[in-house]
Amino acid sequence: MLTFELVSPERLLLSVQASQVSLPGAEGDMGVLPGHAPMIASLRPGVIEVEGEIDADEARIFVGGGVIEVAQDRLVVLADEALPVSQLDRAGLDQRIQNTREDIEDAKDDEARLKAEARLQHLQDLVAAIG
Amino acid sequence: MPSLKDLRNRITSVKSTQKITRAMQMVSAAKLRRAQESAEQARPYSERMSRLLSSVAANLPSLEGAPPLMVGTGNDQVHLVIVMTAERGLCGAFNTQVTRRTRRHVKELRDAGKQVKLLLIGKKGNDSLRRDFDDIIIDYVTLREMRAPSYARANEIAQDVIGRFGVGEFDVCTIIFNAFKSVISQELNVQQLIPLPTGDEGDEAAAPDLGGAIYEYEPEETELLADLIPRNMAVQIFKAMLESGAAEQAARMTAMDNATRNAGDMIDRLTLLYNRTRQAMITKELIEIVSGADAL
Repeated sequence: MLTFELVSPERLLLSVQASQVSLPGAEGDMGVLPGHAPMIASLRPGVIEVEGEIDADEARIFVGGGVIEVAQDRLVVLADEALPVSQLDRAGLDQRIQNTREDIEDAKDDEARLKAEARLQHLQDLVAAIG
Repeated sequence: MPSLKDLRNRITSVKSTQKITRAMQMVSAAKLRRAQESAEQARPYSERMSRLLSSVAANLPSLEGAPPLMVGTGNDQVHLVIVMTAERGLCGAFNTQVTRRTRRHVKELRDAGKQVKLLLIGKKGNDSLRRDFDDIIIDYVTLREMRAPSYARANEIAQDVIGRFGVGEFDVCTIIFNAFKSVISQELNVQQLIPLPTGDEGDEAAAPDLGGAIYEYEPEETELLADLIPRNMAVQIFKAMLESGAAEQAARMTAMDNATRNAGDMIDRLTLLYNRTRQAMITKELIEIVSGADAL
């Protein structure tokens, strides 16, 4: 088995035993099995899937990018933002996307527009994670 | 000599002040516990981050092409100093310590012929430094709206700083903040953020034993570093926020404890004076009666 740890800047979110973990690597999706060679890699926004001793509704986790370290059957994910996919709510997200689009149109300066666009991109990643 | 009524009024007013300071002390004690907990919980991330960073940096084939955030611009003419203070006062020398150190830092850099810019985090620093350094303060961030430090906010600040570095606004970036040492003492930290100090491996967790194997990197080291370093910036700022938050509560707790004790002393002194005055008046009246009777 492989120890899977999910760490956010605020705290340790999850530590479970897993038989396989699929990750959205920066250069393509990858799977990590027990006995994987030591590796440091960065992640793009996407969904992590964990197979092992974990509740079904927590097994798919959205991350907004991050870094992973694999060493000695230990997989540590340092994620900026992490949320179980089951907690994402389609209707609420659609509403927020709509709002953000309006923000982009109403933006007074470049800075506000860039911020709103980043938020939109982020929300669309979340929707893609559910779909 | 103050009248009895004046004394009574003063005693009541000191008593209500004492009630306030005692309440503030207890609130700070509760907040301190929470702040310490969140600082504790944030540790795994920052420890791993700095370990990964030094592992990748150590394996970098050459410093050529390394991100400027790590190696610097090759200059050290313009310095950016991030100053972190509290949002509120009544916490002893907490804020003064930081601003005094900042003034000294600015003076030292100016004496060395450097140019200095300031970025202020926290209202108290702004209140006191704005007067002297208005022309070199490039931004002021208040954390008032937040109940606890959030990583998202730290990340925003980090992105802003990195953006400014990107357009060449400064060459070196340092951060000044109070770190939590113990309930009765804070430690003033001056930490360099850009370029990334090398060889500083003090608070790292021990690297896992790889049994002779070496890490694979994906993407390659330089790209990975370009991704890691901004994250590390945000983590360092977040860490400073947490430390400063805990230190602030500890400082306030100590300051309010002292204030409560001083108020207690003052109440004792005033009560003694009140009783003496009362006795003196009684004695005076008696003497007047007795000498009046003698005169007859």
